[in-house]
Amino acid sequence: MVEEENIRVVRCGGSELNFRRAVFSADSKYIFCVSGDFVKVYSTVTEECVHILHGHRNLVTGIQLNPNNHLQLYSCSLDGTIKLWDYIDGILIKTFIVGCKLHALFTLAQAEDSVFVIVNKEKPDIFQLVSVKLPKSSSQEVEAKELSFVLDYINQSPKCIAFGNEGVYVAAVREFYLSVYFFKKKTTSRFTLSSSRNKKHAKNNFTCVACHPTEDCIASGHMDGKIRLWRNFYDDKKYTYTCLHWHHDMVMDLAFSVTGTSLLSGGRESVLVEWRDATEKNKEFLPRLGATIEHISVSPAGDLFCTSHSDNKIIIIHRNLEASAVIQGLVKDRSIFTGLMIDPRTKALVLNGKPGHLQFYSLQSDKQLYNLDIIQQEYINDYGLIQIELTKAAFGCFGNWLATVEQRQEKETELELQMKLWMYNKKTQGFILNTKINMPHEDCITALCFCNAEKSEQPTLVTASKDGYFKVWILTDDSDIYKKAVGWTCDFVGSYHKYQATNCCFSEDGSLLAVSFEEIVTIWDSVTWELKCTFCQRAGKIRHLCFGRLTCSKYLLGATENGILCCWNLLSCALFVFKPSEPRPLYIQKGISREKVQWGVFVPRDVPESFTSEAYQWLNRSQFYFLTKSQSLLTFSTKSPEEKLTPTSKQLLAEESLPTTPFYFILGKHRQQQDEKLNETLENELVQLPLTENIPAISELLHTPAHVLPSAAFLCSMFVNSLLLSKETKSAKEIPEDVDMEEEKESEDSDEENDFTEKVQDTSNTGLGEDIIHQLSKSEEKELRKFRKIDYSWIAAL
Amino acid sequence: MAGYKPVAIQTYPILGEKITQDTLYWNNYKTPVQIKEFGAVSKVDFSPQPPYNYAVTASSRIHIYGRYSQEPIKTFSRFKDTAYCATFRQDGRLLVAGSEDGGVQLFDISGRAPLRQFEGHTKAVHTVDFTADKYHVVSGADDYTVKLWDIPNSKEILTFKEHSDYVRCGCASKLNPDLFITGSYDHTVKMFDARTSESVLSVEHGQPVESVLLFPSGGLLVSAGRYVKVWDMLKGGQLLVSLKNHHKTVTCLCLSSSGQRLLSGSLDRKVKVYSTTSYKVVHSFDYAASILSLALAHEDETIVVGMTNGILSVKHRKSEAKKESLPRRRRPAYRTFIKGKNYMKQRDDILINRPAKKHLELYDRDLKHFRISKALDRVLDPTCTIKTPEITVSIIKELNRRGVLANALAGRDEKEISHVLNFLIRNLSQPRFAPVLINAAEIIIDIYLPVIGQSPVVDKKFLLLQGLVEKEIDYQRELLETLGMMDMLFATMRRKEGTSVLEHTSDGFPENKKIES
Repeated sequence: MVEEENIRVVRCGGSELNFRRAVFSADSKYIFCVSGDFVKVYSTVTEECVHILHGHRNLVTGIQLNPNNHLQLYSCSLDGTIKLWDYIDGILIKTFIVGCKLHALFTLAQAEDSVFVIVNKEKPDIFQLVSVKLPKSSSQEVEAKELSFVLDYINQSPKCIAFGNEGVYVAAVREFYLSVYFFKKKTTSRFTLSSSRNKKHAKNNFTCVACHPTEDCIASGHMDGKIRLWRNFYDDKKYTYTCLHWHHDMVMDLAFSVTGTSLLSGGRESVLVEWRDATEKNKEFLPRLGATIEHISVSPAGDLFCTSHSDNKIIIIHRNLEASAVIQGLVKDRSIFTGLMIDPRTKALVLNGKPGHLQFYSLQSDKQLYNLDIIQQEYINDYGLIQIELTKAAFGCFGNWLATVEQRQEKETELELQMKLWMYNKKTQGFILNTKINMPHEDCITALCFCNAEKSEQPTLVTASKDGYFKVWILTDDSDIYKKAVGWTCDFVGSYHKYQATNCCFSEDGSLLAVSFEEIVTIWDSVTWELKCTFCQRAGKIRHLCFGRLTCSKYLLGATENGILCCWNLLSCALFVFKPSEPRPLYIQKGISREKVQWGVFVPRDVPESFTSEAYQWLNRSQFYFLTKSQSLLTFSTKSPEEKLTPTSKQLLAEESLPTTPFYFILGKHRQQQDEKLNETLENELVQLPLTENIPAISELLHTPAHVLPSAAFLCSMFVNSLLLSKETKSAKEIPEDVDMEEEKESEDSDEENDFTEKVQDTSNTGLGEDIIHQLSKSEEKELRKFRKIDYSWIAAL
Repeated sequence: MAGYKPVAIQTYPILGEKITQDTLYWNNYKTPVQIKEFGAVSKVDFSPQPPYNYAVTASSRIHIYGRYSQEPIKTFSRFKDTAYCATFRQDGRLLVAGSEDGGVQLFDISGRAPLRQFEGHTKAVHTVDFTADKYHVVSGADDYTVKLWDIPNSKEILTFKEHSDYVRCGCASKLNPDLFITGSYDHTVKMFDARTSESVLSVEHGQPVESVLLFPSGGLLVSAGRYVKVWDMLKGGQLLVSLKNHHKTVTCLCLSSSGQRLLSGSLDRKVKVYSTTSYKVVHSFDYAASILSLALAHEDETIVVGMTNGILSVKHRKSEAKKESLPRRRRPAYRTFIKGKNYMKQRDDILINRPAKKHLELYDRDLKHFRISKALDRVLDPTCTIKTPEITVSIIKELNRRGVLANALAGRDEKEISHVLNFLIRNLSQPRFAPVLINAAEIIIDIYLPVIGQSPVVDKKFLLLQGLVEKEIDYQRELLETLGMMDMLFATMRRKEGTSVLEHTSDGFPENKKIES
């Protein structure tokens, strides 16, 4: 258990769902996919995440159903273990320790006690397919060191390996070779594409392979978009292949249907192609899937397909090629131009999503809320095309307005620029396009910010551009007797000696506007748009500007390119320059991740935490999320990993995610009526205990299987105690506390370490008084958990 | 999954006057017919009954014109001096007029000599009107008095002497036979009740009142002097709004037939149309001379304006669009449209709307199926390029975005390429289209350079294009020179930093010099 006062870096979601092929459960009710260090179990009907299987210490690289028991799931990971899970309850059954990095996992019904994995032995880029014998043992952790070598010099990706015709052979492709290993004969035949050295066919590398489930037929996909069907490969000389060609770009994945009558293929065109009877004429299409198809998988029952896409989404498709469900993670297809933002309304994380879209991503439930189509144009996915990019976005007026900037630059002189302003519509609960401004500036827009003052009568937006101007846009009312209309118009254009404007920022009360022109910061009066004063410094170009808040509102902070933080006192016009390391930052965490940290954002907490020690007070009211170069979302947390990672909002039971059938409608209506009556009577009690499901002790008690719990009599007193205490804390929280928090550190800390952070103002305050009671309940809970652990070992020993 | 997204057509704001339903309505008149009268036209009044003739008072004559006639169908000229304010009775059979000598004369439309003469005013009578019961006449005169006359026995019934200056305008209520209103040069508008011997209401206009108008409901009163003011009668004469849109005295007022619009004519030679809900000007007409009188025919069919120079301007509404002469195609029977429509939703029913069918334009349909050349051909059709060049430009832009513009432009014969060139020649110099079209022009030159000289038609077009580009470059150079000069002037005058708002015209068109002939 981690000590409470220890800040750690926690991966809080947004990991890839499309890393490997998704796997269906035998009854097609669930779909499994790897997601970072976890395996996620989704319902295919409701799209909800039912379980997160966590236990691996490194990237999970492969999952397969246990062929002998379809209620169990194998997973392998780079940490060198293979784990067996019970996915219905989300329980780890067994761990097999192999010891070396495992890159992919295959199971075979014929090989009962062994699985196949891809490992790399000596050199970093040489991979082998080996079979691992899984020893039968009752203990939870088993060493599985019995490896037998199958194929050498293969591709790392599991797409390039396929087991065919009930495990008679295995096919592997790499570059221009197709190798087939026959298990009975223990021989390998290798086929080279005859034209591979020919210049004209230089692009026919193999990319993926799939084997027919019943016949001796291997399908291979190629870089040039062709699909080859290999037959007769028992004979090195007489083998034949036929070509299917529809894709104009690389074939990303192939899959045969369960019966083998049709072949599915997909690629960059984002079109799923179904080839019937392996002929070129009979093909069906499912177009506009949104992004490159990375993986295709087929359910064992044969009624569903699913495609994993490069924008981190899984689409579940019916047999008749109708998309039925979409499981969408944090989109991480492209670079993040907009940075991380927080939607003031939903508190969702907002960043670039699908091409031309802005995604709203809930941090609490690790789930995408919705996509907002900004560019509204048909997306043509082709290599080398210059797309319209959504480069900037900003929220204003407490989430009522959203400004977005999109640009497309083909050549130096040809710049297409468009600014759009979106208004929040309460009725539709979404953003509606209000104003479209073509070419708001002559050159790229470098910054835009809204005036977020509390009592500003007129929404104001400022854009700064490389063309040396900054423009002030205001909302004007141009409604007449025919229709009501409000729109944005340019109110003021300012410049300073034709320097490029790089940043802009409004002060908290909206009275001052700071615009930086390369190395110079100018302060403008926001009422008359007069230049008030200029600040010069020699430390380099300004990269970020920010006004202080609350009691620090007289300070203006600027971060320069060479890592120096400048702070101006607006009253005395004095300048302090300091390097981030010198005047003792509040908190430094080193080595937080392997990659460069690209963006960061402070997110206000719903319920403020209370840390007594001075070093962690900055975590009290907001949480810092940051995005690394490989686009995984991380945060600082002091909680123990189990607490952090279980979604507090709801723990869905597998049975709860039932589809709404007509039968349900008939029965459900009666039940709902009953429930309503019950709810009415119970309402008062519910109000008093709204947080019961959030108390970890209770959730633990409820979610631990009954047979592993100690006797109820033993637990009862402890459980009731924890309930009582939690109620007390609740009531303690409700006492309104006077607002006397130390606010001066609030504005200091955020700019301390990360000069590109965005500060989010907190809405609520809390004192430190309740802390002691809270800790008491924590300690109780610890005891409870300890008890559970003891119990587990006792079960295992049996 | 998401459907095909149609190409975003760039829209450009339309400059100049906004097109609204009001401008469309009020512009839908034929060119005015001008009729010369003997003197300033002081009053125009339409008969409320068909055939909607109108009486025009000018100098010492009253002419009655038919709706479309340019010659008077009747003339009353038995006036010794200037006649004023010839007004029809509600049934259109009697006409009353005042005159400079203080007499009020009542005419039968069919007759010639006056039926009645009301003598009693000592000075010129500028305003007369029939009351709502048709049997009385109200008159106001320059002797500061307002008199009520009985028609049958041509007696004076009442005299009001409350005004302290000339009474120049008045009108009777259309609903109450006892109520009437007069406006005077003493800056007041007074409402009189025939049942009492004094005014029941008086409002202070602030300027000499030239015209008054009572809304058909009688609730609102409009008075015109220097400004037009609207008063709420039901609130005891509270000022509702003051309209200061004219910059000279307003002389006449008139309501449109629907009552939704108020028209005012003024000495500044303008007629303005206001909305009676918001009192904003929705339209305005210009005339050649100062306007003295204004009248609208039934259903706004005709606008008649009389001016100080004696010109009567008559505008007739254009006849409705021609009915289609084609034989009507047999349509499905009525019952096919109402099939299932009259089903009432039960309480537990779940309503599922039929998804709205998205209609794609033809070029969008082509683009959806990647028929790029065909899509381009479609928008290069002359009907499209002339009427909606922005669609053509948007499609060219979209093709460029898809990276297939060169493919779509290549492989065209003489006729097709001349279509493209025609479009370029027409639109290349327009700044809003220039960035897209310059790129397209470059691609065309690259593609068709090897075959130049084979077709005289295309060669001629290329030469034209070259001339256009050269001219444009010259313009740009001159503009830059001017700008430089202006900059210098500004710099010498005053040096103020940071707020120069000069628009810099882009110095584009650098690369098009390579057009070869």
